[in-house]
Amino acid sequence: MDNAIVATHPHTHETAVAAEHEHVMLPQHRHHFETKEQQREAATFGMWLFLLTEIMFFGGLFFAYLLYRNWYHDAFVVSSNQLSIPLGAANTAILITSGFCMALGVWAAEVQKKGLLVLFLVLTTVFGVAFLGVKAVEYHEKWEKHHIPGAHFDVSEFINPQAYGLKEKPLAPDMAQKTQVFFFLYFAMTGMHAFHMILGIGLLFWLTWRAHRGEFSSGYVAPIENFGLYWHFVDIVWLFLFPLLYLINRHPGS
Amino acid sequence: MSTTSTTIVNLPDQRTARIPKRNYLNNEDGLLSWLFTGDHKRIAILYLISITFFFFIGGAFAGLIRLELLTPQADLVASDTYNKFFSMHGIIMIFLFLVPSVPATLGNFLIPIMIGAKDLAFPKVNLLSWYLYWIGGLFTLAALVLGGVDTGWTFTTPLSTHYLNTHVVTAATGVFIIGFSSIFTGLNFIVTLHRMRAPGMTWFRLPLFCWSNYAASILMVLGTPVLAITLVLVALERLVGIGVFDPTKGGDPLLFQHLFWFYSHPAVYIMILPGMGVISEVISTFSRKRVFGYTAVAFSSVAIALFGFFVWAHHMFIMGVSNYSALVFSLLTMLVAVPSAIKIFNWAFTLQKGSITFETPMLYAFGFLGLFTIGGMTGVFLGALGMDIHLTETYFIVAHFHFVMVGGMLMAFLAGIHFWWPKMTGRMYPESLSKLAAVTTFIGFNLTFLPQFILGYLGMPRRYHAYPPEFQVLNVLSTAGATVLGIGYMLPLLYLGWSLKYGAIAGNNPWQATGLEWQIQSPPLTENFIETPIMDHEAYDYEWLAHKTAQEVTTVG
Repeated sequence: MDNAIVATHPHTHETAVAAEHEHVMLPQHRHHFETKEQQREAATFGMWLFLLTEIMFFGGLFFAYLLYRNWYHDAFVVSSNQLSIPLGAANTAILITSGFCMALGVWAAEVQKKGLLVLFLVLTTVFGVAFLGVKAVEYHEKWEKHHIPGAHFDVSEFINPQAYGLKEKPLAPDMAQKTQVFFFLYFAMTGMHAFHMILGIGLLFWLTWRAHRGEFSSGYVAPIENFGLYWHFVDIVWLFLFPLLYLINRHPGS
Repeated sequence: MSTTSTTIVNLPDQRTARIPKRNYLNNEDGLLSWLFTGDHKRIAILYLISITFFFFIGGAFAGLIRLELLTPQADLVASDTYNKFFSMHGIIMIFLFLVPSVPATLGNFLIPIMIGAKDLAFPKVNLLSWYLYWIGGLFTLAALVLGGVDTGWTFTTPLSTHYLNTHVVTAATGVFIIGFSSIFTGLNFIVTLHRMRAPGMTWFRLPLFCWSNYAASILMVLGTPVLAITLVLVALERLVGIGVFDPTKGGDPLLFQHLFWFYSHPAVYIMILPGMGVISEVISTFSRKRVFGYTAVAFSSVAIALFGFFVWAHHMFIMGVSNYSALVFSLLTMLVAVPSAIKIFNWAFTLQKGSITFETPMLYAFGFLGLFTIGGMTGVFLGALGMDIHLTETYFIVAHFHFVMVGGMLMAFLAGIHFWWPKMTGRMYPESLSKLAAVTTFIGFNLTFLPQFILGYLGMPRRYHAYPPEFQVLNVLSTAGATVLGIGYMLPLLYLGWSLKYGAIAGNNPWQATGLEWQIQSPPLTENFIETPIMDHEAYDYEWLAHKTAQEVTTVG
């Protein structure tokens, strides 16, 4: 269609013709970009901006965490000790491995190796699902202990820790109630993170299917690269969540 | 100069102009070609229709509010219904009209053309943002139809989470979704302005409209996600009782205020900044002068965006924030007045010794200058701690933000709609009728909101459906003004619709303005430019335009 307009216009000159030739380089090239570099840069820049909005989105939760941790320090210490470091650490390792596979996937797309790309995308998905599996085990434990905020929340373990075989100092009943704030923030932050993982896994299925069809085997790698940025962002959020929720209170008073 | 004449297509002027055979409006036919379009101009038109629809719904609620306040007693509606009226008025006007008003319509239409691009960077995301706008809008309408919401537009906790049984979650979901529409618009603008500029279009050759939309986009991208997470927390608090804003469970309602105003104060700059961009274009065009202090005006937009993020606690001076933080936020609030004043002074100096003409957009722009200055100055009153304690939660606040939002932003929006109407539709609006509308709006506005300053100063609190009888005279004035204002807004709807078929053909540059959008045909082609333009002159260079026009005559003749 734009060809027709250019053709009828008397001022058409060599550069425009050259630009027309450039247009047919890639089927994925969109008409309103001058060059494919411009398209790629725009897409990447857009993705970084989107990640910035994600930082602000999680930022609200991190702000709430910092505020309440300051107010209810004792409650946050004992409830943090309820979380399992081995499971959290294992999950961290799983997620980093998943991110590593994603980075290899971006490399495979850039060197145009279709088989390797599909393999790495599948591995990324597998480790992502494994992360969610471990997370589900952790959530289930909280369910059994009545540590999910709401009507069934139970603070007896924090008021009388000796009865449960814990070495924590007992909390006064009103402070023990504040553990609910910790567990809410725990579920909100890890839940929001898990929600991003689930979205990402959905996108991974779609990208794997497209990679299998060979769409990223001819030098068009922007979707893989930009999804890689998203996936690494989700990793990084966890790398902040893990120390803040699991590790920071391990040595109360020291 | 020679490169320009070959890269920008020359068309005959207004007297001999015809509507071009091919343009974006008739490029494809059928409803589906509009609903699935990727063309930024068509999406702008879709947005224009949508926000006009919501504007008149929001306006109807404003009318009902003023009607109830005609008399001191509660005779039209009960207090609960009144609460629902002003909540719906606020939610619709803020989230469904003011935030997307200029960026999503004029910005969508003009930014790619102004920078010499064929489209925004992400056309599909642009269309998605329009659909998100409508999904959010439908949730809001659903909340309205199902029985309303009465939290005010601020969703303040613990009122919204514990004490009300209206449709808070439905309305909050609506606002949450509209927020993403706004995020995607901002994201699209930022990427487009960074990556899609034509050769020679440097940052300091951009029209100031682009700069102010850029600043607003930064606010949309950084602020709106915080509103999103806050509304998620409110909904969870209401549905599950998580306790994060509930003092009995250890939560803090003030945290909600901090998170909410962290978005919602910058949001007022999201609303006003694009309007300021419109005013820069209009004032320059109708005084035939380069905007005085271009760089200062450009950077003042960015400065407003930056300062705008550090003033949010001035909404909370009486809500128990510490005295020290109140002092700091008061100081920062007054700092925002500096870049705003830079703009006003520079516009005044642009007018000085200019060849001023009083077309309709210019009348609206003059309205903006006066009303925004009053609105801004009263904002400084409210930023002062002692005054704020006296005036907050009175009609003084109501008058203040209506001067900025309605007197400022709506005037700028109408200035922009009139100014670019010939470009968008290819036809002129009727000049004398539109001048009448501009004057009516100005008179009606002042009659509505000036009495409210006095009412607020005398101590009439906002958000009540009844008031002591001694306030009645001023309230009657205000209601009378609202009627005039309503007529002032109905007029453009009618004559702009009329002009679509019967307006005079505009030609490509009816105002003899310098922007790239005026150098192409009206209405533009789907891809805007036949060839990528090369920018070889500064913005607002009227000598370049005169030279170009002279050349045009010789080549056409």
